[in-house]
Amino acid sequence: MTDERIDKVIGTLLQVGVLAAAAVVSVGGAWLLAGAGRGAPAYRQFHGEPPDLRSPAAVVVRLIHPRPKIVIQFGLLLLIATPVARVVFSLAAFGVQRDWTYVVITLIVLLVLSYSLAAQP
Amino acid sequence: MNVAAFSGIVFALSALAGFLGSLTGLGGGVVVTPALTILLGVDLHYAIGASLVSVIATSSGAAAAYVKEGYSNIRVGMFLEIATTFGALAGAHLTTVLPASALAVLFGVVLLYSAWHSFRGRKASAQLPPDPLAARLRLDGSYPGPAGAIRYHVGRVKAGFSLMFGAGVLSGLLGIGSGAVKVIAMDQAMGIPFKVSTTTSNFMIGVTAAASAGIYLSRGYVDPGLAMPVMLGVLAGSMVGARLLMHTRTRALRLVFAAVIGLLAVEMIYNGFSGGIGG
Repeated sequence: MTDERIDKVIGTLLQVGVLAAAAVVSVGGAWLLAGAGRGAPAYRQFHGEPPDLRSPAAVVVRLIHPRPKIVIQFGLLLLIATPVARVVFSLAAFGVQRDWTYVVITLIVLLVLSYSLAAQP
Repeated sequence: MNVAAFSGIVFALSALAGFLGSLTGLGGGVVVTPALTILLGVDLHYAIGASLVSVIATSSGAAAAYVKEGYSNIRVGMFLEIATTFGALAGAHLTTVLPASALAVLFGVVLLYSAWHSFRGRKASAQLPPDPLAARLRLDGSYPGPAGAIRYHVGRVKAGFSLMFGAGVLSGLLGIGSGAVKVIAMDQAMGIPFKVSTTTSNFMIGVTAAASAGIYLSRGYVDPGLAMPVMLGVLAGSMVGARLLMHTRTRALRLVFAAVIGLLAVEMIYNGFSGGIGG
């Protein structure tokens, strides 16, 4: 695989990821607004999100019985996953090129990202 | 104010921030947080959570086009992402320890710096001797010019790497892309051509932000009701801005935007010291 080819695939991957995330967030957002009552949103004081909105695994599990906020959070997760997917693809591409220095470099970045996304609430 | 009205206002503010941010190259995320906290009284942690997520959307959207055209240097980006992701993790952990007032003051200082930076305009990229480390890591590259590919060397790899760690810390700490620091690290410290520096910075911002996003998520900073209008607004605004960028003169706009940022910065610092933001 040539570097030019890698550039093209990465570009497409980023585009598709952002558009998919924006579409899911829009659907969840429309649903949220449709069901929203008169109550004022409370962001003045920090309370933290409930546990089911705090980890990727919890959000994905609750998609079986979706609520608007779960759908939005899933869209945001797709967005966060987009650069991660780019790193995973780079790892494969450097592997195919037998560029072992960059396989190691990419693995380090991937480990840091996994550590962050596996963080427990 | 009910939820629909609040979301509408947040969307409009974010769209404006994304629009001006992409026209001026300063990025939209950097003004979303002060706008939300100062104008709408949103808690700083919710604001940086929403802003960080929107930063991933705009930077990845912009990076997609530049990567395809061959401007971004993927090896430089990948290598320096080691520094930015470790920095972002450190910054995101610090956010949970530092009081909101300290974050507000630091945010104000970073804003003031970006405003000053865009007033001053930019110095030419540094001319440096090639770095053997760059050769070993195959960082040297080329980008499309009017008359074929233009080749360039990369210098001072270690200095650039250290600066990138700092950029990562700021990004994780304040929920911003810290594109300005990334560009300085590549363009001024490593002597990488400006066009390559800005496009590679955009390319890196998403991964840097993703590294702190996991921590933010687990700490409950990412609220879907707030992040939804922020992310959609900033994305829409920056897409319109990018379209217009081709045929507008941005010098005057840059100055106006820098002045706005400067005002927000002073307000942020004042609120931080007077206890107006958080405890």
